[in-house]
Amino acid sequence: MTPEGSPAPPPIGDTSSQRDFWRRVTGAGSSLGQALLLPTLAFVTALIIGGLIIALTDLDALGRLTTEPGAALADMFRSVIDAYRALFVGMFGSVQAISEGLFSATPLIFAGLGVALGFRAGLFNIGAQGQIQMGAMLALWVGIYVTAPALVHIPLALLGGFVGGMLWGAIPGFLKARSGAHEVITTIMLNFVAFYFMQWLLTTPTLQQPGRGNPVSMPIQETAQLPLLFGEPYRVTIAFVIAVGAVFLVRWLIFRSSLGFELRATGYSQQAARYAGMNVSWLIVLAMAISGGLAGVAGANQIMGLPPYDASPSLAGTVGFDAITVALLGRSHPVGVLWSALLFGALKAGGRTMQAQAGVPLDLIVVLQALIVMFVAAPELVRVIYRIKPKSNALGAQAGEVS
Amino acid sequence: MIDTQTASAGDVKMRATADERRSTAIGVVLLVLAGVVVWVFGLGTEPGESASFGLGLPGSSSADLKWVVDPRILSFVVAGLLAYLGVRRIQRARPTWANAALGLGIGLFVLSFLAWSAAGQSFSLVGMLRSTVTSSVAITLGALTGLMCERVGVIDIGIEGQLLTSAFVSVVLSSAFGTLAGVVGGMLTGALLGWLLAWLAIRFRVDQIIVGVVINILALGLTSYLASRILTVAQDLNAPERVPSVPIPGLSEIPVLGPMFFDHNLFVYGMFILVGVLQIALFRTRWGLRSRSVGEHPKAADTAGINVYRVRYRNVILGGLIAGFGGAYLALTVVSRFEENLTGGIGFIGLAAMIFGRWMPVGALAAGLLFGISTALSAKLSVLGTPIPSEFLLMIPYLATIVVVAGLVGRARPPAADGQPYIRG
Amino acid sequence: MSLELRSITKRFPGILANDAVDLSIDPGEIVAVLGENGAGKTTLMNVAYGLYGADEGSILVDGEPLAPASTTAAIAAGIGMVHQHFMLVPVFTVAENIILGDEPTGAAGWIERKQASDRVRTISEKYNLAVDPDATVEDLPVGVQQRVEIIKVINRKARYLIFDEPTAVLTPQEVEEFFHIVRGLREDGKGVVFISHKLDEALEIADRIVVMRQGRKVAEVLPGETSEEGLAELMVGRPVELVVHKGTATPGTTVLEVRDLVVVDDRSHRACDGVSFTVRAGEIVGIAGVNGNGQSELVDAITGMRLPMAGSVLVNGEDVTAAPPREMHKASVAHVPEDRQESGLVLAFSVAENLVLDSYYDPPYSKGLFMDWSKVNETAAQLVKQYDVRTAGISVPVGTLSGGNQQKVIIAREFNRPAILVLAAQPTRGVDVGSIEYIHSQIVAKRDKGAAVLVVSTELDEVLALADRILVMYEGRIAGEFSPTDDITDIGLAMLGGGQ
Repeated sequence: MTPEGSPAPPPIGDTSSQRDFWRRVTGAGSSLGQALLLPTLAFVTALIIGGLIIALTDLDALGRLTTEPGAALADMFRSVIDAYRALFVGMFGSVQAISEGLFSATPLIFAGLGVALGFRAGLFNIGAQGQIQMGAMLALWVGIYVTAPALVHIPLALLGGFVGGMLWGAIPGFLKARSGAHEVITTIMLNFVAFYFMQWLLTTPTLQQPGRGNPVSMPIQETAQLPLLFGEPYRVTIAFVIAVGAVFLVRWLIFRSSLGFELRATGYSQQAARYAGMNVSWLIVLAMAISGGLAGVAGANQIMGLPPYDASPSLAGTVGFDAITVALLGRSHPVGVLWSALLFGALKAGGRTMQAQAGVPLDLIVVLQALIVMFVAAPELVRVIYRIKPKSNALGAQAGEVS
Repeated sequence: MIDTQTASAGDVKMRATADERRSTAIGVVLLVLAGVVVWVFGLGTEPGESASFGLGLPGSSSADLKWVVDPRILSFVVAGLLAYLGVRRIQRARPTWANAALGLGIGLFVLSFLAWSAAGQSFSLVGMLRSTVTSSVAITLGALTGLMCERVGVIDIGIEGQLLTSAFVSVVLSSAFGTLAGVVGGMLTGALLGWLLAWLAIRFRVDQIIVGVVINILALGLTSYLASRILTVAQDLNAPERVPSVPIPGLSEIPVLGPMFFDHNLFVYGMFILVGVLQIALFRTRWGLRSRSVGEHPKAADTAGINVYRVRYRNVILGGLIAGFGGAYLALTVVSRFEENLTGGIGFIGLAAMIFGRWMPVGALAAGLLFGISTALSAKLSVLGTPIPSEFLLMIPYLATIVVVAGLVGRARPPAADGQPYIRG
Repeated sequence: MSLELRSITKRFPGILANDAVDLSIDPGEIVAVLGENGAGKTTLMNVAYGLYGADEGSILVDGEPLAPASTTAAIAAGIGMVHQHFMLVPVFTVAENIILGDEPTGAAGWIERKQASDRVRTISEKYNLAVDPDATVEDLPVGVQQRVEIIKVINRKARYLIFDEPTAVLTPQEVEEFFHIVRGLREDGKGVVFISHKLDEALEIADRIVVMRQGRKVAEVLPGETSEEGLAELMVGRPVELVVHKGTATPGTTVLEVRDLVVVDDRSHRACDGVSFTVRAGEIVGIAGVNGNGQSELVDAITGMRLPMAGSVLVNGEDVTAAPPREMHKASVAHVPEDRQESGLVLAFSVAENLVLDSYYDPPYSKGLFMDWSKVNETAAQLVKQYDVRTAGISVPVGTLSGGNQQKVIIAREFNRPAILVLAAQPTRGVDVGSIEYIHSQIVAKRDKGAAVLVVSTELDEVLALADRILVMYEGRIAGEFSPTDDITDIGLAMLGGGQ
């Protein structure tokens, strides 16, 4: 029996929290206007805080704050303006800048799609980093050892990336389906295992560059290198086009296909999915496998998409973690993922310009990214800051029903 | 059916089987270990070669203390013990002893492994044990942070970020104002991030895992930014004084145990004391009872007049203080300067240790020490020149945690309301 | 000297849970608050206990106003509440649960365990509430857990005790025992509020009965001045009609046969311990029983949601033991699950998606990975119309519908296809009266079309009204078979494990 009136807090149990969690990561129940307003405000707020950080770390100006406060404050203000001008020039200021943005966005789209697909199936895949690395290793092997014309070699190496990530992603899926081991914990742990495993692989004679003492691989063959989309000097490759194609494929998969129907049902309520005759265990493994596979393609891109076309332990950079922020900002919707990956890619490109021209370290971009996601994840916080009246949401309507 | 008594007891039987299966699994593992010990460590050593374990630290009164063993003989003894333990497990004697047997078995295995690695050489066993303890400190403190939060139902994935940020603050404050300021500043930083976690999770009901992820990314970005913008210019802010060891008079002279436990800096002693205090406080005091009730059944706590939100805030912030202490330890004693991403995953090993230690302070310490061994070993192995790549040793904490959460060595049971926001009225 | 609720109004998004309700309780009396599910009884009491703040109105204890929305203040003022879902920490001991919030402590908050156990013992002896202070709560049967709750409240020196649906989880003997305890509390000068939707219990125990309907207090009567029928009319606002119009059954061949089924529950206890019965085409078999006697596990095992440990299930002579839900679905078995919100529906899915939740995978809706959404929407629009589902559209999340309409979505989905066997578990739980009648008529219509129907309900009235044959389950076994015309006391006795 449910408590009467049912205004009461939702029952404490896995499914309700799962439902709640789902609503948060997908933003179900928010209108389109809200959906656009919130990220914009989040972005602006993050920029403001970032500006404060730039100003407060201007050591020159800080030193003069007590002696000549006016000039010091003006200097601080100027350093913020300089940094952000460089940032925006680096983001949108030239064809080169836009190409750099697309270049940086490419792996984020793949990996972000992977994380988003996991979210849709109710799975929090923190393991994109490890899946990227494992995907990269298999793509690397294909790139080095398979000999084929580019038309075959490139798809094969990308497929290798997919399979590598897929296998690595399937492990936490299997563990969850088999014994209920929480994927957040297992994927975090597998990230480290993957890192050390990759580091070891890169020292084996199969992959290591002859004559090198540190873990660096041989370069892949030329036939496996991704062609540039617009030629030199623009670094964006055809992988960007493939990534955009993947966005629409994944959108179809999630929202239109029967498999997506099953994955989403599992994500909302495993109990109901089981009742409806779906094979929940299999779906969990499959969701994690596809999620990992998409991340693995990002890994392949990290090797095939940029000189010197080889692998080192830092190949994944922070893509695996950026992917989580991309998926969260994109509300786990493939098209949302595309837009947020483009934004974060552009930020990265702009950040490089900012570092070069204004001397503000690139790491500020990571801070901005974290802040944006924080504000997007806490819409109420943004509402409090900007004093926006909350609209009644889907939960309110749900709570209103009498059970 | 070996155990007819439980088999006939209807309902009881069902429950016992899970334990029994586990017992069998552990038994098989132990037997496999015994096999490895004989074939690899025993027969893999040249006959007559001996390994010399140093039992004293250079410069100490027991510096020349040595234990010389024949790895072959040792391996046969160890294999025998392992086989005995394994068979007892398979016979399912005293299921509750399964984990103790496994722990003992792993210890014996490591010993035999070391003897094999050090065959024909000498190896400072005490040095390794000592560095096991020092590498376990931050892991254990991280685990205690996670435990403080999860015992009240808040998942803290952001331990890594808390450690990293507080390490940074400790370095800067310690360089500028001295060690005490560094430690206090570090702890307050950890607490501040704890507050942020609690605030977002409780006030705004943001998914706790998302908050943790955000805290980690924020911490990495912010500390790297500050390090390259400030510390590269003002290098005197990245030169903290190293925290000295304070040997405990008398106790530190005990062979083996002295250098292991009683010749450290105050952080290490603080960690041990904290584990003891928390273990008792959690299960014997009003604070502990209320905290656990909030983590297990917040509504029940609420109806008993306990302010669930306040308890959550308080414990998560206290946990942050502990993380800050750990961050200060890393920065001021292990590395003695700030480097980008200096924690390198220790916070996540802490999370692992919390789970491995089953949300118990003493368990966290045990897990911390166990994971400390693998860190210490991987550092020493290259010296010994064993064929095992250190990468695989470094994987052990993570693999061990996967094994635990997958229920292969007994299912760990988190607090029932772990990770769930409490919504009142 | 009294606990007074004055003109309490409490709103939740989209619902007025309490509308200016007055209520007062004096020491030494038992007041029953009667009402249907959703009448606002629990909300009112949660306001009194400080779990929620009221939007309007005030609470006075012995003339002193009580700080709103504070359980601490309510407890300090002498108000105690035993919730329907027990507020006990399963992994704590009895003593730990009882002292929680008011611990006997020494220096540094050290808990004096002996003192705690002594306190528990004193109370348990005084009020005849036998419990072991050192037992772990999760190992205790429900009846004992309730005793723990009562001791907990008394330990906090409560003078006014609120019991929310205390008998819902109890067997009839336990109910008698419970009433005995409550009367003891009254003797002791405590004021007792007894929330219930069971008329007979209210009449038996209460000194005064307050009836609530749709958030309002509609009547306050003395037990001597009223009858069950009169109270029922007050509760629902019109004379109740629990009669289902149906003709006599014409049973055909055996469709469902269950043989010696053994099923264990989540805690590995034997919930079904050798259950055997049959259901024939064209008849409704009702399974009656107090909640928690293995009915849920039985249905789960038949439908493939839970693996039976032993025994077999046959549909039309074919062995389908342990067949997964999909196979049962393909074998034309319709299943209205007990828990509509957790199992039967994906609340965030649209009405249309929920209407094809278990048939999406085959033509005409799917070919491989490709789904024909226009076909889905077509079917959905037609079903919504045919089954009178009140919804703003087929694309709104089903979670926004009322309980009755949610249930109709399930009924529409399950009854729309030709089923040879229908399993309906608690088909009208938490559903408004209008929908109940509709759902009952649909079940009868299914029978009349020749389906074998198994109805499981803890509401004896529902089973009596629907079933052509009644089986009573008690402690995992079939405790008796009855006809709906049999003496109701015999059935009641069987539900309590007596009468064999």
